[in-house]
Amino acid sequence: MSRDSTSKILSVALLLCLVCSILVSSAAVLLSDRQQRNKIEEKRKNILLAAGLYRAGEPIDALYQQVEQRIIDLQSGWFSDRFDPLDFDSRALVKDPELSRGIPDPLDLADIKRRSHYKDVYLVREGKQLQQLILPVHGKGLWSTMYGFISLADDLTTVRGFSFYEHGETPGLGGEIDNPNWKRQWQGKRIYGDNGELRIEIAKGTVDKSEPDAVYKADGLAGSTLTARGVGNLLKYWMGADGYQPFLERLKQQGLEP
Amino acid sequence: MSKAKDVLLDPIFNKNPIGLQILGICSALAVTSKLETVLVMCLAVIFVLAGSNVSVSLIRRQVPDSIRIIVEITIIATLVIIVDQFLKAFAFGVSKQLSVFVGLIITNCIVLGRAEAFAMKNSPGMSLLDGIGNGLGYSVVLLLVGFFRELLGAGKLLGFTILPSTNDGGWYLPNGLMLLPPSAFFIIGLLIWALRSWKTEQVEEEN
Repeated sequence: MSRDSTSKILSVALLLCLVCSILVSSAAVLLSDRQQRNKIEEKRKNILLAAGLYRAGEPIDALYQQVEQRIIDLQSGWFSDRFDPLDFDSRALVKDPELSRGIPDPLDLADIKRRSHYKDVYLVREGKQLQQLILPVHGKGLWSTMYGFISLADDLTTVRGFSFYEHGETPGLGGEIDNPNWKRQWQGKRIYGDNGELRIEIAKGTVDKSEPDAVYKADGLAGSTLTARGVGNLLKYWMGADGYQPFLERLKQQGLEP
Repeated sequence: MSKAKDVLLDPIFNKNPIGLQILGICSALAVTSKLETVLVMCLAVIFVLAGSNVSVSLIRRQVPDSIRIIVEITIIATLVIIVDQFLKAFAFGVSKQLSVFVGLIITNCIVLGRAEAFAMKNSPGMSLLDGIGNGLGYSVVLLLVGFFRELLGAGKLLGFTILPSTNDGGWYLPNGLMLLPPSAFFIIGLLIWALRSWKTEQVEEEN
């Protein structure tokens, strides 16, 4: 059989594909448990980071015992039992037209185009008393969609922590949203004013602490105006009427037990 | 024996794939803003280069000429996917930072170039050495670029602070350009200049 005959070409191609596909699929199958665990652990770590409960070196699973995951329905503004929290993936829901909707342009401050009707939220409580509420947020920065968690204190207005776990902003410039100093300044900032109006914004440069409004303003990022603007916009969207605001207001009135 | 040594060591300075042949520039720009990602990327490329060279060399007498490029790319893609899966399982943090660039090793011209130019004509042993050698040549350049970019751009090396930056209350004002991909062009350009001033036989003749 000559090396360039049709049958030789076909048999070499078939055999090669067979060997390669067995290698690729066995690698994917054998490693998938570990990969899945990494992903879950990563997400939990970021929830703990936003809540300020993360302790380096301690097992994440043990620390995560304090956190309770619930699903909320953004349309009704209340908890929902429609999904099993463990399998919930709001990014997958966005692709389902039944479970999500487009965001009209003027409302789409975060530039995310679609929003699922359901979101996962995380509670830290002592007995029946809510201590922290952790909400997932995302929106466009300069280059990428930034995904993060914001943690609110029991008044549902004061920020306890804010951090991003996935973004593709420029390291050293927009990537400074990961800078611990910048993240720390969010603690104690207030999202809503005294009458429940949305007030949080990102300042240009550093906020003057003596200013009366300083508690509603976070420092900008030097050299990454657009990333900082993206952070401000995504907060305005998710904390606004199209995002979590109706849920937060109802929670404030009713408390955790309906 | 000296031939084996040449095959292994020549690609590091004498026939550096980036310095002399100007191949593999894409990933040299993309992953070099931090040394940690550089190290993982280099190991991945060395593994893929060595693996693809050996596999291609082993079947070089069986492969029909008309489909040899497809065969080479299939082998390379398989190895890259396996590397990517391993990184996701065992080095999750770094694999997130490298993101798509591990997958893009498939299109790194160095890998296909060595398979086609060397492994198709040489024994598996020599091909292994050639793969490792070229991987090391690639790594030397990437490590140098990563070293300067992380040091000047963030004041750090492997995440440890060397020059305390003004953002953290130190004195060093980081050079933001160093963190953007174009800065790698400048550094690679300067490296090639330095290399060709040292080894003048690499200078191309002017037309």
